[in-house]
Amino acid sequence: MSNPQQLRYSKEHEWLSGAEEGVSTVGITEHAANALGDVVYVQLPEVGATVAAGETCGELESTKSVSDLYSPVDGEITEINEDVVNDPSLVNTAPFEGGWLFKVKTSGEPGDLLSADEYAAFIQS
Amino acid sequence: MTDAPRRTALDATHRALGATMTDFAGWDMPLRYSSEREEHVAVRTRAGLFDLSHMGEITVTGPQAADLLDYALVGNIGGVKTGRARYTMICEAGGGILDDLIVYRLADQEYMVVANASNAQVVLDALTARAGGFDAAIRDDRDAYALLAVQGPESPGILKKVTDADLDGLKYYAGLPGTVAGVQALIARTGYTGEDGFELFVRPADAVALWEALTEAGRDAGLVPCGLSCRDTLRLEAGMPLYGHELTTSTTPFDAGLGRVVKFEKTTNDGDFVGRTALAEAAERAGTNPPRKLVGLIATGRRVPRAGYPVVTAEGTVIGEVTSGAPSPTLGKPVAIAYVDAAYATPGTEGVCVDIRGSHEPYEVTALPFYKRQK
Repeated sequence: MSNPQQLRYSKEHEWLSGAEEGVSTVGITEHAANALGDVVYVQLPEVGATVAAGETCGELESTKSVSDLYSPVDGEITEINEDVVNDPSLVNTAPFEGGWLFKVKTSGEPGDLLSADEYAAFIQS
Repeated sequence: MTDAPRRTALDATHRALGATMTDFAGWDMPLRYSSEREEHVAVRTRAGLFDLSHMGEITVTGPQAADLLDYALVGNIGGVKTGRARYTMICEAGGGILDDLIVYRLADQEYMVVANASNAQVVLDALTARAGGFDAAIRDDRDAYALLAVQGPESPGILKKVTDADLDGLKYYAGLPGTVAGVQALIARTGYTGEDGFELFVRPADAVALWEALTEAGRDAGLVPCGLSCRDTLRLEAGMPLYGHELTTSTTPFDAGLGRVVKFEKTTNDGDFVGRTALAEAAERAGTNPPRKLVGLIATGRRVPRAGYPVVTAEGTVIGEVTSGAPSPTLGKPVAIAYVDAAYATPGTEGVCVDIRGSHEPYEVTALPFYKRQK
């Protein structure tokens, strides 16, 4: 699997797009989606909610497990992906594209994020 | 002793197919090959191929093999005809369930007991301990067999391509020796998916050849390899209990709604068997004053109940516990099997919820199974 070069990655397996006018898009990686199995339910933060880097802001349920969703950055939620709420399988089929989870107006610099190559090495270790 | 997981004869095959592997009862087993939902749907609509080599086979032979099994197990094993199989249980003297089993009568004086992987040693030890005084021999055959299962509506057609055995004459819960794809097998019409299907007990050395032949024979019919994940959702939809979830040593067969497997009338030992007294009391209790009953729950929402989650009233009073839960691919909704207080066990009972991590999600009480195949 390939991790897009232009994204940054958290050790909790979220990806974060480069901020455009201060708003970044967040999803989970293909590696995480594969590990979860078929995602059947996503609970996303509400638009307007304040999220903090490394803190729980939702959950992802698959057939066999439930996992917390963390925000990779501090910020305010500006949009959630209603398509993925209605069809959680998008997380599996298009984790870096149609399966994005939320957009966040970042406040301050994200902390300890990895490049695509660093993340690839991280999940190998 | 080593803690390294055991690998089946098909281990390299699974890895070549890209399976996600998982530790299961000390075995490294395929969890899924691609999407567990697609594997589930394949078994319901076409066919799936499973490696179940972790299951535990124990052979019981001798003039008093039937007598021993009648004494050691709760079923009427002496009444099983040669070539047929029986779903049964082995209980403690106090009535608690040690394991649920399938017993095949292979010959007049030969039976094969198939135990769950996690309980195979427990069953072997209990049978051995209970064998005193019987003219019967118990053989640990766990390493003697690999087990492949072909399950789903297309499975008879697929198997017919690779065997001359009389599959049409093979009834549900029957087994006979035969040749499949040139390999000696015990061909059994059993399974754990709620579908028609076959379980093929073969020598481990023959497992890869059989797997490949079945894969080839099933290609046009849409047969896919299937892992333990979809096996669990299939059995859950079919309302079949799983040891460690619905069945435990603190549960009797009557508590689990499976009292019918206990036969107080047996052809041997004057009807005596391990657990008889306690089970007679459990039968009485279940008839008059059941503590809790096993029911199905169907979600109206989308959050998934998990084993151990409390079943509650809308006010939050705990009235039971989920034993198994999963999103049901066939129903398109989360479902659960749960023990609930008898007062809430009637299908259609209002106001039953599952506490899903602090949120009380409404559920519909229903009879099991969730899914029954059209015959």
